Amino acid sequence: MLSSESLALIDKEVAKYPAEQRQSAVMSALRIAQVEKGWLSNEVMDFIAHYLGMQPIAVYEVATFYNMYNTQPVGKHKLCVCTNLPCKLMGADAIAEKLKKKLGVEFGETTEDKQFTLVEGECMGACGDAPLLLVNNHRMESFLNEEKVEALLDELKGK
Amino acid sequence: MVIQGGPVIFNTLHLSDSWKLSSYESAGGYSALKKILAEKTPAETIIAEVKTSALRGRGGAGFPTGLKWSFMPRQFPGDKYVVCNSDEGEPGTFKDRDIMRYNPHALIEGMIIAGYTLGAKAGYNYIHGEIFDIYEGMERAVEEARAAGYLGDNILGSGFSFNLYNHHGYGAYICGEETALLESIEGKKGQPRFKPPFPASFGLYGKPTTINNTETFASIPYIMREGGQKFLELGKPNNGGTKLFSVSGHVEKPGNYEVSLGTPFSELLQMAGGIKGGRKLKAVIPGGSSAPVLPGEIMMDCTMDFDSIAKAGSMLGSGAVIVMDESVCMVRALERLSYFYFEESCGQCTPCREGTGWMYRVVHRIEHGQGRPEDLELLDSVAANIAGRTICALGDAAAMPVQGMLKHYRHEFEHHIEHKKCMV
Repeated sequence: MLSSESLALIDKEVAKYPAEQRQSAVMSALRIAQVEKGWLSNEVMDFIAHYLGMQPIAVYEVATFYNMYNTQPVGKHKLCVCTNLPCKLMGADAIAEKLKKKLGVEFGETTEDKQFTLVEGECMGACGDAPLLLVNNHRMESFLNEEKVEALLDELKGK
Repeated sequence: MVIQGGPVIFNTLHLSDSWKLSSYESAGGYSALKKILAEKTPAETIIAEVKTSALRGRGGAGFPTGLKWSFMPRQFPGDKYVVCNSDEGEPGTFKDRDIMRYNPHALIEGMIIAGYTLGAKAGYNYIHGEIFDIYEGMERAVEEARAAGYLGDNILGSGFSFNLYNHHGYGAYICGEETALLESIEGKKGQPRFKPPFPASFGLYGKPTTINNTETFASIPYIMREGGQKFLELGKPNNGGTKLFSVSGHVEKPGNYEVSLGTPFSELLQMAGGIKGGRKLKAVIPGGSSAPVLPGEIMMDCTMDFDSIAKAGSMLGSGAVIVMDESVCMVRALERLSYFYFEESCGQCTPCREGTGWMYRVVHRIEHGQGRPEDLELLDSVAANIAGRTICALGDAAAMPVQGMLKHYRHEFEHHIEHKKCMV
Protein backbone atom coordinates (compact mmCIF):
# COMPACT_ATOMS: atom_id res chain seq x y z
CA MET A 1 0.00 0.00 0.00
CA LEU A 2 2.76 2.44 0.96
CA SER A 3 6.35 2.51 -0.29
CA SER A 4 9.18 1.23 1.86
CA GLU A 5 10.48 4.83 2.06
CA SER A 6 7.17 6.00 3.52
CA LEU A 7 7.07 3.10 5.96
CA ALA A 8 10.60 3.89 7.13
CA LEU A 9 9.54 7.49 7.77
CA ILE A 10 6.48 6.30 9.70
CA ASP A 11 8.62 3.94 11.79
CA LYS A 12 10.86 6.87 12.68
CA GLU A 13 7.80 8.72 13.99
CA VAL A 14 6.50 5.68 15.90
CA ALA A 15 9.85 5.48 17.71
CA LYS A 16 9.25 8.92 19.27
CA TYR A 17 6.48 7.63 21.54
CA PRO A 18 6.25 4.99 24.28
CA ALA A 19 6.00 1.48 22.81
CA GLU A 20 2.33 1.10 23.76
CA GLN A 21 1.39 4.46 22.21
CA ARG A 22 1.74 3.76 18.48
CA GLN A 23 -1.44 5.75 17.85
CA SER A 24 0.53 8.93 18.65
CA ALA A 25 2.18 8.58 15.25
CA VAL A 26 -1.11 8.66 13.32
CA MET A 27 -0.89 12.34 12.37
CA SER A 28 2.58 11.91 10.93
CA ALA A 29 1.63 8.63 9.25
CA LEU A 30 -1.28 10.34 7.48
CA ARG A 31 0.95 13.22 6.43
CA ILE A 32 3.58 10.86 5.04
CA ALA A 33 0.94 8.77 3.24
CA GLN A 34 -0.60 11.91 1.76
CA VAL A 35 2.75 13.08 0.42
CA GLU A 36 3.09 9.75 -1.38
CA LYS A 37 -0.50 9.28 -2.57
CA GLY A 38 -1.73 12.86 -2.96
CA TRP A 39 -4.83 12.18 -0.87
CA LEU A 40 -6.14 9.80 1.79
CA SER A 41 -8.49 7.15 0.43
CA ASN A 42 -10.28 4.81 2.81
CA GLU A 43 -7.93 2.05 1.72
CA VAL A 44 -4.89 4.09 2.74
CA MET A 45 -6.45 5.03 6.07
CA ASP A 46 -7.44 1.40 6.74
CA PHE A 47 -3.86 0.38 6.07
CA ILE A 48 -2.56 2.97 8.54
CA ALA A 49 -5.13 1.82 11.11
CA HIS A 50 -3.87 -1.73 10.78
CA TYR A 51 -0.23 -0.63 10.83
CA LEU A 52 -0.65 1.34 14.06
CA GLY A 53 -3.12 -1.01 15.72
CA MET A 54 -6.04 1.42 15.65
CA GLN A 55 -9.69 1.12 14.73
CA PRO A 56 -10.24 2.51 11.19
CA ILE A 57 -12.89 4.93 12.51
CA ALA A 58 -10.29 6.47 14.86
CA VAL A 59 -8.07 7.19 11.87
CA TYR A 60 -10.97 8.68 9.87
CA GLU A 61 -11.75 10.93 12.84
CA VAL A 62 -8.24 12.34 12.82
CA ALA A 63 -8.09 12.73 9.03
CA THR A 64 -11.39 14.66 8.94
CA PHE A 65 -10.68 16.81 12.00
CA TYR A 66 -7.43 18.46 10.87
CA ASN A 67 -7.64 20.85 7.92
CA MET A 68 -4.51 19.86 6.04
CA TYR A 69 -5.48 16.27 5.21
CA ASN A 70 -7.07 15.69 1.82
CA THR A 71 -9.86 13.17 2.28
CA GLN A 72 -10.94 13.77 -1.34
CA PRO A 73 -8.71 13.79 -4.42
CA VAL A 74 -7.13 17.18 -5.13
CA GLY A 75 -5.21 18.65 -8.04
CA LYS A 76 -1.50 18.08 -8.44
CA HIS A 77 -0.85 21.42 -6.74
CA LYS A 78 -3.08 22.42 -3.82
CA LEU A 79 -2.83 26.15 -3.22
CA CYS A 80 -4.06 27.28 0.18
CA VAL A 81 -4.36 31.06 0.53
CA CYS A 82 -4.59 32.65 3.96
CA THR A 83 -7.32 35.30 4.01
CA ASN A 84 -7.36 35.91 7.75
CA LEU A 85 -7.22 39.47 9.07
CA PRO A 86 -3.45 40.19 9.09
CA CYS A 87 -3.13 38.79 5.54
CA LYS A 88 -6.31 40.59 4.47
CA LEU A 89 -4.86 43.91 5.67
CA MET A 90 -1.88 43.24 3.40
CA GLY A 91 -3.93 42.47 0.29
CA ALA A 92 -4.82 38.78 0.50
CA ASP A 93 -8.20 39.36 -1.15
CA ALA A 94 -6.55 40.65 -4.32
CA ILE A 95 -4.23 37.63 -4.34
CA ALA A 96 -7.20 35.28 -3.97
CA GLU A 97 -9.09 37.05 -6.77
CA LYS A 98 -6.06 36.86 -9.03
CA LEU A 99 -5.74 33.12 -8.43
CA LYS A 100 -9.45 32.50 -8.99
CA LYS A 101 -9.33 34.41 -12.26
CA LYS A 102 -6.14 32.82 -13.54
CA LEU A 103 -7.24 29.30 -12.65
CA GLY A 104 -10.93 29.78 -13.44
CA VAL A 105 -12.04 28.19 -10.17
CA GLU A 106 -13.58 29.27 -6.88
CA PHE A 107 -12.32 28.27 -3.42
CA GLY A 108 -12.74 24.54 -2.91
CA GLU A 109 -12.58 23.73 -6.62
CA THR A 110 -10.10 21.91 -8.85
CA THR A 111 -9.17 22.94 -12.38
CA GLU A 112 -10.48 20.72 -15.17
CA ASP A 113 -6.98 19.51 -16.05
CA LYS A 114 -6.59 18.42 -12.38
CA GLN A 115 -3.45 20.52 -12.03
CA PHE A 116 -4.62 22.95 -9.35
CA THR A 117 -6.94 22.97 -6.35
CA LEU A 118 -7.58 26.33 -4.70
CA VAL A 119 -8.60 26.50 -1.04
CA GLU A 120 -9.03 29.23 1.55
CA GLY A 121 -6.79 28.77 4.56
CA GLU A 122 -6.73 29.97 8.13
CA CYS A 123 -3.85 31.58 9.97
CA MET A 124 -0.52 29.92 9.18
CA GLY A 125 1.40 31.67 11.92
CA ALA A 126 3.54 33.75 9.59
CA CYS A 127 1.62 37.07 9.50
CA GLY A 128 4.80 39.13 9.26
CA ASP A 129 5.30 37.68 5.77
CA ALA A 130 1.74 38.45 4.62
CA PRO A 131 0.13 37.88 2.23
CA LEU A 132 1.01 34.23 1.77
CA LEU A 133 -0.05 30.81 0.57
CA LEU A 134 0.95 27.18 0.93
CA VAL A 135 1.72 24.85 -1.97
CA ASN A 136 0.79 21.26 -1.09
CA ASN A 137 0.91 22.05 2.64
CA HIS A 138 4.69 22.16 2.95
CA ARG A 139 5.99 25.00 0.82
CA MET A 140 5.20 28.55 1.91
CA GLU A 141 5.21 31.45 -0.55
CA SER A 142 5.47 34.79 1.25
CA PHE A 143 5.10 38.53 0.53
CA LEU A 144 2.89 37.75 -2.44
CA ASN A 145 1.98 40.21 -5.14
CA GLU A 146 0.37 39.71 -8.54
CA GLU A 147 3.70 39.18 -10.32
CA LYS A 148 4.79 36.54 -7.83
CA VAL A 149 1.48 34.72 -8.27
CA GLU A 150 1.97 34.69 -12.06
CA ALA A 151 5.52 33.39 -11.68
CA LEU A 152 4.47 30.70 -9.23
CA LEU A 153 1.71 29.43 -11.49
CA ASP A 154 4.09 29.35 -14.46
CA GLU A 155 6.62 27.40 -12.43
CA LEU A 156 4.09 24.87 -11.17
CA LYS A 157 2.51 24.39 -14.60
CA GLY A 158 5.86 23.14 -15.84
CA LYS A 159 6.03 20.46 -13.16
CA MET B 1 10.22 40.96 7.70
CA VAL B 2 12.28 42.56 10.44
CA ILE B 3 13.65 40.67 13.42
CA GLN B 4 15.05 42.70 16.25
CA GLY B 5 17.28 40.82 18.62
CA GLY B 6 17.43 41.13 22.39
CA PRO B 7 19.28 39.63 25.33
CA VAL B 8 16.96 36.72 26.16
CA ILE B 9 15.42 35.04 23.13
CA PHE B 10 17.20 36.33 20.05
CA ASN B 11 20.65 36.47 21.66
CA THR B 12 22.36 34.73 18.74
CA LEU B 13 20.99 36.86 15.93
CA HIS B 14 24.24 38.77 15.40
CA LEU B 15 26.05 35.50 14.63
CA SER B 16 26.13 33.82 11.24
CA ASP B 17 23.99 30.67 11.23
CA SER B 18 22.38 31.78 14.50
CA TRP B 19 20.41 28.52 14.70
CA LYS B 20 23.46 26.29 15.02
CA LEU B 21 24.59 24.72 18.27
CA SER B 22 28.05 26.30 17.97
CA SER B 23 26.50 29.78 17.68
CA TYR B 24 24.30 29.18 20.69
CA GLU B 25 27.19 27.87 22.78
CA SER B 26 29.36 30.83 21.86
CA ALA B 27 26.65 33.12 23.26
CA GLY B 28 26.65 31.26 26.59
CA GLY B 29 24.15 28.60 25.55
CA TYR B 30 23.97 25.34 27.53
CA SER B 31 26.19 26.82 30.28
CA ALA B 32 23.17 27.00 32.61
CA LEU B 33 22.35 23.36 31.98
CA LYS B 34 25.96 22.29 32.53
CA LYS B 35 26.11 24.19 35.83
CA ILE B 36 22.82 22.72 37.06
CA LEU B 37 23.90 19.18 36.21
CA ALA B 38 27.40 19.60 37.68
CA GLU B 39 26.18 21.15 40.93
CA LYS B 40 23.03 19.01 41.10
CA THR B 41 21.01 22.15 41.81
CA PRO B 42 17.87 21.24 43.79
CA ALA B 43 14.59 21.60 41.90
CA GLU B 44 13.23 23.98 44.57
CA THR B 45 16.12 26.35 43.92
CA ILE B 46 15.35 26.44 40.19
CA ILE B 47 11.64 27.00 40.77
CA ALA B 48 12.46 29.79 43.24
CA GLU B 49 14.68 31.45 40.64
CA VAL B 50 11.91 31.27 38.02
CA LYS B 51 9.48 32.77 40.54
CA THR B 52 11.93 35.61 41.25
CA SER B 53 12.12 36.35 37.52
CA ALA B 54 8.35 37.04 37.38
CA LEU B 55 8.29 35.17 34.06
CA ARG B 56 4.70 34.89 32.91
CA GLY B 57 3.49 32.43 30.29
CA ARG B 58 4.13 33.78 26.80
CA GLY B 59 1.44 31.77 25.02
CA GLY B 60 -1.41 34.10 25.89
CA ALA B 61 -2.64 33.53 29.41
CA GLY B 62 0.27 35.19 31.22
CA PHE B 63 0.19 32.68 34.08
CA PRO B 64 3.29 32.83 36.35
CA THR B 65 5.63 30.06 35.16
CA GLY B 66 7.28 29.41 38.53
CA LEU B 67 3.89 28.87 40.12
CA LYS B 68 2.84 26.50 37.32
CA TRP B 69 6.03 24.47 37.81
CA SER B 70 5.35 24.23 41.54
CA PHE B 71 2.05 22.42 40.81
CA MET B 72 3.88 19.46 39.32
CA PRO B 73 4.00 16.46 41.70
CA ARG B 74 7.65 15.96 40.88
CA GLN B 75 8.40 13.60 43.79
CA PHE B 76 5.82 11.07 42.61
CA PRO B 77 7.27 7.95 41.05
CA GLY B 78 6.42 7.10 37.45
CA ASP B 79 6.52 8.89 34.10
CA LYS B 80 6.12 12.62 33.87
CA TYR B 81 6.28 14.86 30.80
CA VAL B 82 7.10 18.38 29.74
CA VAL B 83 5.35 19.59 26.62
CA CYS B 84 6.03 22.67 24.55
CA ASN B 85 3.16 24.42 22.85
CA SER B 86 4.56 25.66 19.52
CA ASP B 87 1.15 25.47 17.87
CA GLU B 88 0.79 29.17 17.28
CA GLY B 89 -2.17 29.80 15.02
CA GLU B 90 -3.78 32.77 16.67
CA PRO B 91 -4.09 35.32 13.86
CA GLY B 92 -1.33 37.87 14.26
CA THR B 93 1.08 35.57 16.13
CA PHE B 94 4.30 34.44 14.47
CA LYS B 95 6.99 34.61 17.15
CA ASP B 96 7.50 30.93 18.04
CA ARG B 97 8.23 30.20 14.40
CA ASP B 98 11.16 32.62 14.50
CA ILE B 99 12.42 31.28 17.84
CA MET B 100 12.56 27.79 16.34
CA ARG B 101 14.04 29.12 13.12
CA TYR B 102 16.73 31.38 14.56
CA ASN B 103 17.46 30.06 18.05
CA PRO B 104 16.07 26.54 18.49
CA HIS B 105 18.64 25.59 21.12
CA ALA B 106 17.29 28.16 23.59
CA LEU B 107 14.03 26.22 23.47
CA ILE B 108 15.81 22.86 23.73
CA GLU B 109 17.95 23.94 26.69
CA GLY B 110 14.87 25.42 28.40
CA MET B 111 12.99 22.15 28.00
CA ILE B 112 15.88 20.07 29.32
CA ILE B 113 16.13 22.29 32.40
CA ALA B 114 12.35 21.98 32.85
CA GLY B 115 12.59 18.20 32.52
CA TYR B 116 15.34 18.10 35.16
CA THR B 117 13.37 20.36 37.51
CA LEU B 118 10.03 18.61 37.11
CA GLY B 119 11.27 15.03 37.11
CA ALA B 120 10.38 14.33 33.47
CA LYS B 121 12.41 12.04 31.26
CA ALA B 122 10.74 12.98 28.01
CA GLY B 123 9.43 16.09 26.35
CA TYR B 124 7.37 16.78 23.25
CA ASN B 125 7.40 19.94 21.18
CA TYR B 126 4.10 20.33 19.32
CA ILE B 127 4.68 22.37 16.14
CA HIS B 128 2.02 24.22 14.14
CA GLY B 129 1.06 22.29 11.00
CA GLU B 130 1.54 25.00 8.39
CA ILE B 131 5.25 25.53 9.06
CA PHE B 132 6.70 22.25 7.85
CA ASP B 133 10.16 23.69 7.14
CA ILE B 134 10.38 24.80 10.78
CA TYR B 135 9.49 21.28 11.90
CA GLU B 136 12.31 19.92 9.77
CA GLY B 137 14.69 22.52 11.21
CA MET B 138 13.70 21.55 14.76
CA GLU B 139 14.32 17.90 13.92
CA ARG B 140 17.85 18.84 12.85
CA ALA B 141 18.40 20.95 15.99
CA VAL B 142 17.27 18.11 18.27
CA GLU B 143 19.66 15.74 16.48
CA GLU B 144 22.46 18.24 16.91
CA ALA B 145 21.78 18.51 20.66
CA ARG B 146 21.61 14.72 20.95
CA ALA B 147 24.91 14.25 19.12
CA ALA B 148 26.54 16.76 21.50
CA GLY B 149 25.33 14.80 24.51
CA TYR B 150 22.74 17.32 25.74
CA LEU B 151 19.87 14.93 25.08
CA GLY B 152 19.59 11.21 25.70
CA ASP B 153 20.72 8.91 28.50
CA ASN B 154 23.06 10.09 31.24
CA ILE B 155 23.43 13.66 29.95
CA LEU B 156 27.04 14.91 30.32
CA GLY B 157 27.71 12.06 32.73
CA SER B 158 25.28 13.46 35.31
CA GLY B 159 23.02 10.44 35.57
CA PHE B 160 20.08 12.54 34.37
CA SER B 161 18.35 11.32 31.20
CA PHE B 162 16.00 13.30 29.00
CA ASN B 163 14.72 12.86 25.47
CA LEU B 164 13.00 15.43 23.33
CA TYR B 165 10.77 14.82 20.31
CA ASN B 166 8.99 17.07 17.84
CA HIS B 167 5.35 16.39 17.04
CA HIS B 168 3.96 17.98 13.91
CA GLY B 169 0.36 19.27 13.92
CA TYR B 170 -1.70 19.39 10.74
CA GLY B 171 -4.07 22.32 10.78
CA ALA B 172 -6.25 22.84 13.84
CA TYR B 173 -6.21 26.10 15.80
CA ILE B 174 -7.85 24.37 18.76
CA CYS B 175 -4.71 22.33 19.38
CA GLY B 176 -3.14 25.47 20.83
CA GLU B 177 -5.44 24.76 23.81
CA GLU B 178 -3.25 22.69 26.08
CA THR B 179 -5.51 19.70 26.67
CA ALA B 180 -6.54 19.55 23.00
CA LEU B 181 -2.82 19.52 22.25
CA LEU B 182 -2.36 16.54 24.57
CA GLU B 183 -5.21 14.68 22.88
CA SER B 184 -3.57 15.44 19.56
CA ILE B 185 -0.20 14.02 20.67
CA GLU B 186 -2.10 10.91 21.75
CA GLY B 187 -3.27 10.56 18.13
CA LYS B 188 -6.84 11.73 18.54
CA LYS B 189 -9.08 14.59 17.43
CA GLY B 190 -7.94 17.77 19.16
CA GLN B 191 -10.90 18.30 21.45
CA PRO B 192 -10.18 19.93 24.82
CA ARG B 193 -10.59 17.93 28.00
CA PHE B 194 -12.80 18.90 30.88
CA LYS B 195 -10.78 20.36 33.76
CA PRO B 196 -10.10 19.45 36.52
CA PRO B 197 -8.10 17.28 36.53
CA PHE B 198 -5.43 19.66 35.25
CA PRO B 199 -2.44 18.41 33.23
CA ALA B 200 -0.15 18.66 36.27
CA SER B 201 -1.98 15.66 37.70
CA PHE B 202 -3.47 14.03 34.57
CA GLY B 203 -1.70 15.08 31.40
CA LEU B 204 -0.11 13.28 28.46
CA TYR B 205 -1.02 9.55 28.56
CA GLY B 206 -2.63 10.32 31.92
CA LYS B 207 0.72 11.23 33.49
CA PRO B 208 1.69 14.48 35.28
CA THR B 209 2.56 17.01 32.59
CA THR B 210 3.68 20.63 32.45
CA ILE B 211 2.91 22.56 29.27
CA ASN B 212 4.53 25.88 28.45
CA ASN B 213 4.80 28.05 25.38
CA THR B 214 7.93 28.09 23.20
CA GLU B 215 8.96 31.58 24.27
CA THR B 216 8.45 30.68 27.93
CA PHE B 217 10.82 27.70 27.70
CA ALA B 218 13.27 29.73 25.63
CA SER B 219 13.44 32.33 28.43
CA ILE B 220 14.55 29.78 31.03
CA PRO B 221 18.25 29.49 30.02
CA TYR B 222 18.74 33.25 30.44
CA ILE B 223 17.04 33.19 33.85
CA MET B 224 19.25 30.34 35.08
CA ARG B 225 22.40 31.82 33.52
CA GLU B 226 22.01 35.43 34.56
CA GLY B 227 19.64 35.11 37.52
CA GLY B 228 15.93 35.71 37.99
CA GLN B 229 16.51 39.19 39.38
CA LYS B 230 18.34 40.34 36.25
CA PHE B 231 15.53 38.97 34.06
CA LEU B 232 12.94 40.76 36.21
CA GLU B 233 14.83 44.02 35.87
CA LEU B 234 14.73 43.77 32.07
CA GLY B 235 10.98 44.36 32.39
CA LYS B 236 8.95 45.81 35.20
CA PRO B 237 7.52 44.45 38.47
CA ASN B 238 5.12 41.54 37.93
CA ASN B 239 6.07 41.66 34.22
CA GLY B 240 9.62 40.38 34.14
CA GLY B 241 11.88 40.16 31.12
CA THR B 242 11.80 40.97 27.48
CA LYS B 243 8.95 39.81 25.28
CA LEU B 244 8.64 39.17 21.58
CA PHE B 245 6.05 41.33 19.88
CA SER B 246 4.87 40.20 16.47
CA VAL B 247 3.82 43.34 14.67
CA SER B 248 1.65 42.83 11.59
CA GLY B 249 -0.83 44.76 9.47
CA HIS B 250 -0.44 48.37 8.39
CA VAL B 251 3.12 49.14 9.46
CA GLU B 252 6.17 49.87 7.33
CA LYS B 253 8.25 47.10 8.91
CA PRO B 254 6.25 44.12 10.10
CA GLY B 255 8.27 41.68 12.16
CA ASN B 256 9.28 40.31 15.53
CA TYR B 257 10.68 42.73 18.07
CA GLU B 258 12.27 41.59 21.32
CA VAL B 259 11.77 44.50 23.71
CA SER B 260 11.38 44.98 27.46
CA LEU B 261 7.94 44.44 28.90
CA GLY B 262 6.70 47.92 29.74
CA THR B 263 7.97 49.51 26.51
CA PRO B 264 5.52 52.22 25.39
CA PHE B 265 3.38 51.16 22.44
CA SER B 266 4.37 54.36 20.65
CA GLU B 267 8.01 53.24 20.73
CA LEU B 268 7.16 49.78 19.39
CA LEU B 269 5.18 51.37 16.58
CA GLN B 270 8.12 53.60 15.77
CA MET B 271 10.47 50.60 15.66
CA ALA B 272 8.08 48.99 13.20
CA GLY B 273 8.50 52.04 10.98
CA GLY B 274 5.20 53.69 11.84
CA ILE B 275 1.95 53.40 9.92
CA LYS B 276 2.32 52.31 6.32
CA GLY B 277 2.24 55.07 3.74
CA GLY B 278 2.07 57.76 6.42
CA ARG B 279 -1.62 57.12 7.01
CA LYS B 280 -3.33 57.55 10.38
CA LEU B 281 -3.53 54.87 13.07
CA LYS B 282 -7.08 53.73 13.67
CA ALA B 283 -7.03 50.68 15.93
CA VAL B 284 -4.85 47.96 17.34
CA ILE B 285 -5.55 44.40 18.37
CA PRO B 286 -2.80 44.17 20.99
CA GLY B 287 -2.53 40.45 21.78
CA GLY B 288 -3.69 38.22 18.96
CA SER B 289 -7.08 38.10 17.29
CA SER B 290 -8.98 37.11 20.43
CA ALA B 291 -7.85 40.20 22.34
CA PRO B 292 -10.48 42.97 22.27
CA VAL B 293 -9.59 45.75 19.82
CA LEU B 294 -8.43 49.10 21.22
CA PRO B 295 -8.66 52.47 19.46
CA GLY B 296 -5.32 53.95 18.45
CA GLU B 297 -5.52 56.87 20.89
CA ILE B 298 -5.94 54.50 23.85
CA MET B 299 -3.05 52.34 22.62
CA MET B 300 -0.76 55.36 22.31
CA ASP B 301 -1.10 55.80 26.09
CA CYS B 302 -0.38 52.12 26.87
CA THR B 303 2.84 50.38 27.68
CA MET B 304 3.33 46.88 26.31
CA ASP B 305 2.95 44.67 29.38
CA PHE B 306 0.28 42.42 30.84
CA ASP B 307 -1.00 44.91 33.42
CA SER B 308 -1.15 48.05 31.26
CA ILE B 309 -3.04 46.36 28.41
CA ALA B 310 -5.43 44.67 30.87
CA LYS B 311 -6.16 48.04 32.47
CA ALA B 312 -7.02 49.46 29.05
CA GLY B 313 -9.62 46.71 28.65
CA SER B 314 -7.84 44.20 26.47
CA MET B 315 -5.06 41.66 26.95
CA LEU B 316 -1.43 41.26 26.01
CA GLY B 317 -2.10 37.66 25.02
CA SER B 318 0.66 36.26 22.86
CA GLY B 319 2.09 39.69 22.05
CA ALA B 320 0.65 39.72 18.54
CA VAL B 321 0.05 43.33 17.61
CA ILE B 322 -2.26 43.78 14.61
CA VAL B 323 -2.16 47.40 13.47
CA MET B 324 -5.01 48.88 11.43
CA ASP B 325 -5.00 52.24 9.69
CA GLU B 326 -7.88 54.61 9.00
CA SER B 327 -8.92 52.77 5.83
CA VAL B 328 -10.10 49.67 7.70
CA CYS B 329 -13.80 48.93 8.04
CA MET B 330 -14.31 47.38 11.45
CA VAL B 331 -17.39 45.46 10.36
CA ARG B 332 -15.37 43.76 7.65
CA ALA B 333 -12.49 43.08 10.04
CA LEU B 334 -14.82 41.48 12.56
CA GLU B 335 -16.58 39.48 9.87
CA ARG B 336 -13.31 37.76 9.00
CA LEU B 337 -12.34 37.11 12.61
CA SER B 338 -15.79 35.72 13.41
CA TYR B 339 -15.53 33.38 10.44
CA PHE B 340 -12.22 32.13 11.81
CA TYR B 341 -13.67 31.15 15.19
CA PHE B 342 -16.69 29.55 13.50
CA GLU B 343 -14.37 27.54 11.26
CA GLU B 344 -12.08 26.50 14.11
CA SER B 345 -14.61 25.66 16.84
CA CYS B 346 -14.08 21.96 17.59
CA GLY B 347 -17.83 21.41 17.94
CA GLN B 348 -17.75 19.88 21.38
CA CYS B 349 -19.64 22.53 23.40
CA THR B 350 -23.02 23.76 22.14
CA PRO B 351 -22.62 27.47 23.03
CA CYS B 352 -19.39 27.68 20.99
CA ARG B 353 -20.39 25.37 18.12
CA GLU B 354 -23.72 27.13 17.56
CA GLY B 355 -22.79 30.58 18.85
CA THR B 356 -19.71 31.13 16.67
CA GLY B 357 -21.73 30.37 13.52
CA TRP B 358 -24.55 32.57 14.71
CA MET B 359 -22.24 35.53 15.37
CA TYR B 360 -20.57 35.09 12.00
CA ARG B 361 -23.88 35.02 10.14
CA VAL B 362 -25.09 38.19 11.89
CA VAL B 363 -21.86 40.13 11.25
CA HIS B 364 -21.84 38.81 7.67
CA ARG B 365 -25.32 40.15 6.96
CA ILE B 366 -24.48 43.53 8.52
CA GLU B 367 -21.38 43.74 6.30
CA HIS B 368 -23.47 42.84 3.25
CA GLY B 369 -26.12 45.49 3.82
CA GLN B 370 -28.75 43.20 5.27
CA GLY B 371 -28.34 44.07 8.93
CA ARG B 372 -31.39 44.50 11.12
CA PRO B 373 -31.84 47.13 13.84
CA GLU B 374 -31.96 44.46 16.56
CA ASP B 375 -28.74 42.79 15.39
CA LEU B 376 -26.33 44.57 17.73
CA GLU B 377 -28.29 43.56 20.81
CA LEU B 378 -28.42 40.06 19.41
CA LEU B 379 -24.63 40.03 19.03
CA ASP B 380 -24.22 41.32 22.60
CA SER B 381 -26.47 38.55 23.82
CA VAL B 382 -24.91 35.69 21.85
CA ALA B 383 -21.38 36.76 22.83
CA ALA B 384 -22.34 37.03 26.49
CA ASN B 385 -23.93 33.59 26.37
CA ILE B 386 -20.85 31.91 24.91
CA ALA B 387 -18.28 33.49 27.22
CA GLY B 388 -17.59 31.39 30.30
CA ARG B 389 -19.94 28.60 29.22
CA THR B 390 -17.57 26.29 27.38
CA ILE B 391 -14.94 23.72 28.33
CA CYS B 392 -12.08 25.75 26.89
CA ALA B 393 -11.24 29.36 26.12
CA LEU B 394 -12.07 29.23 22.40
CA GLY B 395 -15.61 30.32 23.26
CA ASP B 396 -14.29 33.36 25.12
CA ALA B 397 -11.77 33.98 22.35
CA ALA B 398 -14.65 34.16 19.86
CA ALA B 399 -16.78 36.40 22.05
CA MET B 400 -14.11 38.95 23.02
CA PRO B 401 -13.43 40.40 19.54
CA VAL B 402 -17.18 40.90 19.07
CA GLN B 403 -17.50 42.59 22.45
CA GLY B 404 -14.42 44.76 21.87
CA MET B 405 -15.60 45.91 18.42
CA LEU B 406 -19.10 46.74 19.67
CA LYS B 407 -17.70 48.63 22.64
CA HIS B 408 -15.44 50.94 20.66
CA TYR B 409 -16.89 50.95 17.13
CA ARG B 410 -20.63 50.45 17.67
CA HIS B 411 -21.31 53.53 15.54
CA GLU B 412 -19.71 51.86 12.51
CA PHE B 413 -21.98 48.86 12.88
CA GLU B 414 -25.02 51.12 13.33
CA HIS B 415 -24.05 53.05 10.20
CA HIS B 416 -23.77 49.81 8.24
CA ILE B 417 -27.20 48.69 9.39
CA GLU B 418 -28.87 52.02 8.73
CA HIS B 419 -27.22 52.98 5.43
CA LYS B 420 -26.48 49.45 4.12
CA LYS B 421 -22.93 50.50 3.46
CA CYS B 422 -19.62 51.30 5.01
CA MET B 423 -18.72 54.65 6.56
CA VAL B 424 -14.98 54.24 5.89
